[in-house]
Amino acid sequence: MSSPRYWRGIPQRYRLEAGKCKKCGKIYFPPRLICDECKSREFEKVNLPKEGKILTYTIIRVAPSQCTDQAPYAMGIVELSAGSTGKDGVKILSQIADCDFDKLEIGMPVRIEFRKIYQEGEAGIICYGYKCVPV
Amino acid sequence: MRDVAIIGVGMNKWGELWESSLRDIFTEAALLAIEDAEVDHIDSMYIGCMSSGLFVGQEHLSSLLTDYLGMGPIPATRVESACSSGGLALRTGLIDVASGMNDIVLVGGVEKMTDVSVHGATFALSTAADQEYEVYHGVTFPGLYALMARAHMHRYGTTRKQLAQVAVKNHYHGSMNPLAQYPQKITAEEVIESVMVADPLRILDCSPITDGAAAVILAPLDLAKKISKKPVVKIIGSGHATDTIALHSRKDLTEIKSTERAAKIAYEMASKSPEEIHLAEVHDCFTIAEICVIEALGFAEKGKGGPATEHGMTTLGGKIPVNTSGGLKSKGHPVGATGVAQAIEITKQLRGEAGERQVKNAKVGLTQNMGGSGGSSIVHIMEVV
Ligand SMILES: [Zn+2]
Repeated sequence: MSSPRYWRGIPQRYRLEAGKCKKCGKIYFPPRLICDECKSREFEKVNLPKEGKILTYTIIRVAPSQCTDQAPYAMGIVELSAGSTGKDGVKILSQIADCDFDKLEIGMPVRIEFRKIYQEGEAGIICYGYKCVPV
Repeated sequence: MRDVAIIGVGMNKWGELWESSLRDIFTEAALLAIEDAEVDHIDSMYIGCMSSGLFVGQEHLSSLLTDYLGMGPIPATRVESACSSGGLALRTGLIDVASGMNDIVLVGGVEKMTDVSVHGATFALSTAADQEYEVYHGVTFPGLYALMARAHMHRYGTTRKQLAQVAVKNHYHGSMNPLAQYPQKITAEEVIESVMVADPLRILDCSPITDGAAAVILAPLDLAKKISKKPVVKIIGSGHATDTIALHSRKDLTEIKSTERAAKIAYEMASKSPEEIHLAEVHDCFTIAEICVIEALGFAEKGKGGPATEHGMTTLGGKIPVNTSGGLKSKGHPVGATGVAQAIEITKQLRGEAGERQVKNAKVGLTQNMGGSGGSSIVHIMEVV
């Protein structure tokens, strides 16, 4: 991965920075330039909550080349807590780290942690980001 | 808009074609289609291809393939929409003929996938998903469909055996297709005991990596009736829709909304309902995909795709045979060619040329081709006239 491409993603990968539509309140992760609900172009920066629950999961046994050293690993779609907004929480896809594969289940509570995602060989970039872990 | 018909089809055996280049496999299929249509020229050409750049390091197929087909200087257009590139090429060719801009149009699809390693192929295919928010985190296409499978099983009680039945059925159909890459029949036990790729999906739940091409010739219906010596297959409906590229951005992880929307448009254009379709070729890139798709097309109620498959609704001889060609699973899945090959199977069935796997009294057929985890879908409905 090129340095500029990696650098551009840092606010999302390190801090879960999202965009909240100033008009209708919908939250986008990653941030967008236009709201698909109300077409507003005004957003404020918000950080996503660090707690959520697993909506679905899998265990990747045959991994892409950059992740073969980690396989098998669990991945899930996680709905982050929406608090008292009354809306659906933002959904993300991430690895589920530090888990017992047999104990994974839909609905399981998780929290988001900052982790290493993969390393591009001896001399390449070390790619960081978010993973979730069972609470 | 003019009515449009398919007047010629061409396809060779699919597989790991180490001795053939992308340009040769495409040219072979295109020449077969031209011979089948018995036309002496073509006015324009559309080529569905997902990623010749990553698979063989070659772009600019419009120039390359017209050149090697000996058809230069006709206009040619490469069409890309991931695994639905072929279906979209067909729709684009259809619009060209319907508009009156061109009369005889060749629509082809091609993918040469075995010149790279398995990791190379996995990477090329993964570009159909969101690179920054899906692939970055280590997910694969089997992984994305496994996430859908788990959600479908959890919500609707779809069983491991029902998933396996999709593969068993499609290999049974494929065993009657001499052009299929894997024409072997398989059992549910073999599927359930095969190597795990991404739980709950195993290797026999997945479509293979394939080299292959397919081509059809389109013409205005009036002209087709005059020049065609074979039954004329009219395209009576065409629908195309998109959805979010990232699976996790969708409201419902068990539905393929792009297919639902594309089908609605195609049904309306054709003035047909799901009950009036006699057979269908659908995008079974993974077993769970076929289950979600037959629900999205209205062949089975939401959540009932698994039991419908298990009870034989979609098997040859059933209420609506699905993937009589063997589907992506058995026939193979050279991604850019798949959507065009689906139209070939329906054309052969509607002409009564499908041999052992012929669906009796088939008059109306449907094709459904999709890209990525459902980020794009194209549906066509065809009727023999
Ligand atoms: Zn808004």
